[in-house]
Formats: sequence, C-alpha cells, structure tokens
Amino acid sequence: MWEALDDFYWTYQSLIHAIGVNGILALSVYVVLAVGQLSLGQAAFMGVGAYTGALLSVKFGVPFGVAMLASAVVPALLALVVGGPTLRLTGVYLAIATIGLGEITRIVFLNWDYAGGALGLSSIPERGGVLAIYGTLVVLLVGLTLVARSRVGRAMEAMREDEAAAGVMGVNLPRYRLVALVVSSAMAGVAGCLSAHVSSFIGPNEYGFEAAVTILSYALLGGIGSPLAPVLGSTILTLLPEVLRPLADFRLMVNGLIIVLAVLFMPRGILPWRIARTG
Amino acid sequence: MALLTVQGLTRRFQGLVAVDSVDFAVQPGTVHGLIGPNGAGKTTLFNLVSGVLAPSAGSVRLGDQPLDGLAPYRRTALGLARTFQNIRIFSEMTVLENVMTGLHTRLSSTWGILLRGPGFRAEERQAKAKARDLLAFVGLSEAANARAGDLPYGDQRRLEIARALACEPRLVLLDEPAAGMNPAETHALLGLLRRLRDERGLTLLLVEHDMPLVMSLCDRLTVLNFGRRIADGTPAEVRAHPAVIEAYLGTGSHEVSVSRGAVS
Repeated sequence: MWEALDDFYWTYQSLIHAIGVNGILALSVYVVLAVGQLSLGQAAFMGVGAYTGALLSVKFGVPFGVAMLASAVVPALLALVVGGPTLRLTGVYLAIATIGLGEITRIVFLNWDYAGGALGLSSIPERGGVLAIYGTLVVLLVGLTLVARSRVGRAMEAMREDEAAAGVMGVNLPRYRLVALVVSSAMAGVAGCLSAHVSSFIGPNEYGFEAAVTILSYALLGGIGSPLAPVLGSTILTLLPEVLRPLADFRLMVNGLIIVLAVLFMPRGILPWRIARTG
Repeated sequence: MALLTVQGLTRRFQGLVAVDSVDFAVQPGTVHGLIGPNGAGKTTLFNLVSGVLAPSAGSVRLGDQPLDGLAPYRRTALGLARTFQNIRIFSEMTVLENVMTGLHTRLSSTWGILLRGPGFRAEERQAKAKARDLLAFVGLSEAANARAGDLPYGDQRRLEIARALACEPRLVLLDEPAAGMNPAETHALLGLLRRLRDERGLTLLLVEHDMPLVMSLCDRLTVLNFGRRIADGTPAEVRAHPAVIEAYLGTGSHEVSVSRGAVS
C-alpha cells in the first residue's frame, strides 16, 4: 500500500508540487479580484519571492523558515511602494501598470549578475516539499474563508459590486485596495519561494507576462464566489495538459478550446457557488 | 443649530456650472426637500454633500463638523448616509448581508476574524440582530435570506433605506426614493419616511419629483433651477413663489398646478 503511494508520488512529484503552488497563486489573484481590481503583477511578485528565498538559501544558507518569511515580506514591501501611485488607477489601467511592473522585474533579474543573470539560479537546496506547500495552501484557504465570512468579506464584496456605494457605506476604499494588493503579493511571493525550493532551478523568464495571464486564468476559470473556486480552477488548468497527453499534437489545441468554452458558457466560473458573508 | 449647512457650494463640469453657489441649511428632526426641474443640479448637490464628488468651491458642515475634503467613508462614520437615484444595492448579496454591510463603520473586529473568539462572535451576532430589526422596520423581514437582486423594485428601494439606516446616521440623503414606484408603493414609502422622522428622530434631505409626496411630507423646501437656488421656505411659501412657478411652467402662465402634482 505504502509502496504504491510512494511510487505514485515519485512519478508525479512535480505535478503534485505544481498543483499546490498554483493553488496558492490562484488564491493570491483571488484576493485582488475579490475587491474588484485586476492585477497582472502576480507573476512578478512570485518571481520576487522566488529570487528572495532562493538567494537567501543559496548564498547565505539561512533556515528555510527565514527564507519563507523574507519571500513574503519583500514582495509585500514592493507592493506597498508600487500600490501607492498605481491603486489610484482602476480596472484595465491597473492591469496595464502591473504588466509594466512584471516587465521591469523580469529585466532586473535578467541583468542582475549576482542572481545569475540570464542563466538564473541553480542548485537551490530542496526544502519544504509537499508538506510545506499543502500546509500553506490549507492555512490560506481557511484564513480567506474566515475573512470572507466577516465584515471585511462583506466590504470586499461590496467594493467588487459597486465601489461608490461601498464607499458611501463607510468602506475605506484606498486602504482595502492597498491591503488586498499587499496581502496578495505576499502570498504570490511565498508560492514562488516554495516552488523554487522544490525545482532546484529558477530563471528570469519564468515570471513574465505569460505566467501572469496563466495565474489570472485560474480565477477566471474557477470563479471567485468562494476561495475554493480559484483553487479548483488552478487544479484543473494544471492537470488538464497532463490528462490530455494522449492527444499528442492536438493537446494544446484541445486545452485552449476547453478554456474558451468554459469561459464562454460559465462566466461565473466552474464553481459559481457563493460563500455566505456572515460569521 | 442646523444639522447640515451648505454654503456657496459650486461644482463646474468644464463649461457647465451644475451647482452654482448654493446655500441652505437643514434643521434637525425635519424632512427637507430639494426640488427642481430635471437637470437642476439636485443629484450633483447630493454627490457633493456625500463626498462622491469634490466641489469646485464652497463648504458643507454636519453640525459643527466641516466635511470638506473628507472621503465618503469618513462622512459615513460622522453620521451621514444616503441612497441612490438608480438603486445601488449589492445585488449578489443576500438582503441581510446588504444591511450588515451598512453596519461596516460600527463594527471593529480585526484579529477576531481569524481567531473567532467570543468577542467576534458576539459582535457578529449583534450585527445580525440589528440588521434584522432594521429589516423589520422597513417591512422586509420575510426576505432576509433572499438574493437582493431578486427583490421586486419597491422592496429594493426599501432595502436601500434599511442599509442606509444601518450606518446609524444623523442625516439621511434620499435621492428620488419614490422614482418608479406605483401609487400604493409611494403611499407606503410616505408612511415609512414619516416614521423615520417621528419614531427615530432622523433628519432627512430628499430629492423627489413626486409633488404630492413632497408637499405632504416635507417641512421645508429648497428649489434649484439651472444649478442656482431660486426659492427656500415652507411648502406653502414655495408653491406660491413666482420664480418656482416660472421654473416649472415657463413664463406667461398664471395658473399653477404644482399642488395637484401635475408637474413632475
């Protein structure tokens, strides 16, 4: 029994890691979407977290807990700095600004020789693993569920539905926007750190525009009615290419087709169920 | 002292002066009506008072507290609440959750949200009870768990009022509360608004086109036309005011039917 499980784990190890990491990323973009903002900066925050954690491990040999903490704090500080001016923007303009942020961080990593430049960082020690990844995912799922079922969850949904009305109800809009961005960037940073420590290598091009769009699509496919929905979306989008492997050359085409159909016919996501907002 | 004092309030949109140095004061415990033809600047004035728009000039005071430059959420905490002309309830939420959202500034849990201690649970329980009381007050108890967007139109209006009351306001701004209502609904609304003043001691400032409602409900009226204040006084005084008659009917007319509600 255990042997079979062990075999399964070693065969699908990287997929199991990816499902957990992508679940955390899906939750990070959910936090921003839940207050009615659109961010394409999650990949950049993930990259900053990954580089922070990996550099601390590779160059300084710090304990994994310290690397994790730093990988949450550094992107959060970046979000705090960037958030000030950009959160005056809303909707598609914020999205464009965060795309810019993503490009800037990519180019910084590309040209930063200390962090390996274009070659990236390799021989990152293996730390954390399945336990740390899924532990973080569960803690975040529970935490965000509790937040949804409180005055903060009500304020967030009110903002998403009608920002002006939410403001008149007494919701401090700039503060909620900023806190949402900071929290989501810390979450993306932790996901980056966890994934760097199970893949032993990171490079500057892993955190570009394509990754940002993929992260956004987790929440688009899953929905944002509850924290569970984006995680379901990321799980499906991570598994789909593997499940479709027998289709060989048609794999990516069918993969894309399924996503397009899901978005067309399920605009509220695969899991449209809405979590109650009372505690 | 007046509860709301508006002085020299002005708002320009490029060339258009939507609100032009308007002065008026709302006395506590009264229903104050803001009337005028379409495009007179009534909704813009509401947006200036509630902080949704910034004025080009002038000042607004709530009691002796200046509101100038304060964001809407700060004004709500100070005791100002409002409803919108085109209903703006949170339609995905339940009716009860909508009212509880109005309680936002009166709740303070932070870490308790994650720890779920007795303090948090007590606060949430009290918030629910308070929201249910308000729903009972406006007659929506039965619908507490319905999706707000599924309510009939008149009920959505009443929900918006309950949500505004949840902010524990001193002054409630009502932007055309009777718009789109049938006569029976309007009659019920009239009763509800009177109870707000008489039973709850609230002060109301309302924009309304339904003249019979305005004339029978309001203690005092301010009339706007093209952004300017053209009259101010009791309903009887305003009805007889030549500038008001001209604004509603044009010049050359002597018979006024404002009192019969023909002009709306």
